[in-house]
Amino acid sequence: MNEYSQIDRVLQRYHYDSKALVNILQEVQETCKGRYISEATAEYVAERLDVTKSNVYEVVTFFAALREHPVGEVLIQLCNSTVCKVKKNIEVKNALEEALGIQMGETTKDKKFTLQYTTCFGACDVSPAVRVNKVVYGNLDRETTLALIAKLRREHCE
Amino acid sequence: MNRIQQLITANFDRYDGKDIEAYIRLGGFTAIKKAVEQGSDYVIDELKLAGIKGRGGAAYPTWKKWDAGRRRVAEQKFVICNADEGEPGTFKDREILKKDPYKVIEGMMISAYIFGAKKGFVYIREEYWDIQKTFKKAIEKANEAGYLGEGILGTDFDFTLEVFSGAGAYVCGEGSSLIESMEGHAGRPRIKSPRIGEKGYLGYPTLVNNVETLAGVTRILEMGASEYARYGTEKSKGTKVISVSGNVNRPGVYEVPFGVSLREIVYDVAGGVENDRPVKFLQLGGISGPLVPGSALDTKYAYETLDEKGFTVGSGSVVVVDDNNRIIDYLVSVSDFFYHESCGKCTPCREGKRQLTRLLKKFVDGTARLEDVNAIEKVANTMKHASFCGLGQTAPTAILSALKYFMPELWQLVEEGVHENVAEGEWK
Ligand SMILES: Cc1cc2nc3c(=O)[nH]c(=O)nc-3n(C[C@H](O)[C@H](O)[C@H](O)COP(=O)(O)O)c2cc1C
Ligand code: SF4
Ligand code: FES
Repeated sequence: MNEYSQIDRVLQRYHYDSKALVNILQEVQETCKGRYISEATAEYVAERLDVTKSNVYEVVTFFAALREHPVGEVLIQLCNSTVCKVKKNIEVKNALEEALGIQMGETTKDKKFTLQYTTCFGACDVSPAVRVNKVVYGNLDRETTLALIAKLRREHCE
Repeated sequence: MNRIQQLITANFDRYDGKDIEAYIRLGGFTAIKKAVEQGSDYVIDELKLAGIKGRGGAAYPTWKKWDAGRRRVAEQKFVICNADEGEPGTFKDREILKKDPYKVIEGMMISAYIFGAKKGFVYIREEYWDIQKTFKKAIEKANEAGYLGEGILGTDFDFTLEVFSGAGAYVCGEGSSLIESMEGHAGRPRIKSPRIGEKGYLGYPTLVNNVETLAGVTRILEMGASEYARYGTEKSKGTKVISVSGNVNRPGVYEVPFGVSLREIVYDVAGGVENDRPVKFLQLGGISGPLVPGSALDTKYAYETLDEKGFTVGSGSVVVVDDNNRIIDYLVSVSDFFYHESCGKCTPCREGKRQLTRLLKKFVDGTARLEDVNAIEKVANTMKHASFCGLGQTAPTAILSALKYFMPELWQLVEEGVHENVAEGEWK
């Protein structure tokens, strides 16, 4: 029930206003285990806001910031748009996969790290760049990427 | 001519974005005062004299949009600041929002006053969550100081402001999709007519403006349009805030007067190309913009000179690419982006992006034939002319300009049948 009371708190803050659905779901997602909108959560939100389940599903599947599947504790998103490609994001990709032992799109067995590609998040002045749980790290190369993973391991795995 | 100017960005690094007192000391809120004292005809005349055009990409004269909008009578009206900034290579709004939020807020106040709106929204992309926080604080302070709320500046002007967060969809930068998402739906574009200026948010007239446009309006009223119009060229007055990135030594946000050359932007403003390599091409105006070959670097950065050659100011981004990069890899990455971002509502865009991606990958894996070049051109032109919204219409722009300027390099791939693979992006 704990999770639902957290959801209720978000809904209350938005006065159960269904127009704010996109923002409500973003905040709800942050309170959920695995930081995604599960079917049960989607149904609960739909019911409380008095909108159709399909409306909620559609919004969740449409927006990249809303997830249908759980992610690890540390979500690492590597920009794969034009500028980051030109600035050799491939080196960063290789370093990330090597250091974590997983491929892009995967989560480590211990559910600590998820690797994903993403589109440009407006940090092209520091390309190639990643977002780690929304915080941007830029000007990366092989060395700095490995150092970043080492730092994240210290923060999250010890 | 000075290659860097600071008109719209005059307050950058001169105050902490949350400090409203400091903003006032720098001349803040004198523009809205002028607007209220001199009236809306005065504002429209000033914007006309300054020649400012929408900085979100479409370059429609701001005075025309505002003049038509203020005449519409309705029970309620809304203004929205478009801070969704989703064009790859573009990050100038980010700096304006971060370094001078009050100039944008003041611009929204002016737009609301002219348009007759009592309520406004700043639609900020999710990726700029830290800026959303700063903005909420800035709005709070403006409320406390009486610049937002009821009876602003001792008049009967009421205006409140709220932040809405985007959720990672490029197409939501398009006005009607943005509004769809603000009403609790997936952000797919609405059928035009009525336009959002007539029936927008909740069915009421809605005026949407880009961040830089609003900051520019504030600055123009502050300094006077005739002074602002002294900068730039005859047909492109004033300055433009640009985002420069890619293979340059000093990527960043700069404000330049219209009329500087592309060469000056690359070499003088952004410090030249990394390792002194030659410029192969630029992409102007975001990922939806054309590629400009290195041979065109002496073109002046102004609406008229760029338009003449089929180039564009667009979102004001300048991506610099050196001769170490293959044209095909760049095109694949452009096409991957649109593959990911098309909303799927209309057939030309939904099917076209699929075809383009498939065709381009043949060039990468060395299976492309002569007829594939023709097929690309055909699909690209269909998308350009038959797509429902700006996303599909501009998705093939880069490809079409590559066919124009880089045909020999693409031919070579057909002839050699290169066997190489670029890393494929897996998207959501
Ligand atoms: C697919 C698409 C994405 C867009 N993205 C943005 C954006 O991120 N920011 C923006 O200001 N305008 C964007 N626009 C342009 C807006 O539709 C609109 O023209 C603009 O916000 C109007 O403001 P302006 O007149 O001040 O430029 C986009 C348009 C399309 C078709
Ligand atoms: S052009 Fe593309 S993004 Fe626009 S409505 Fe059609 S499918 Fe959607
Ligand atoms: S292209 Fe990677 S952050 Fe913009």
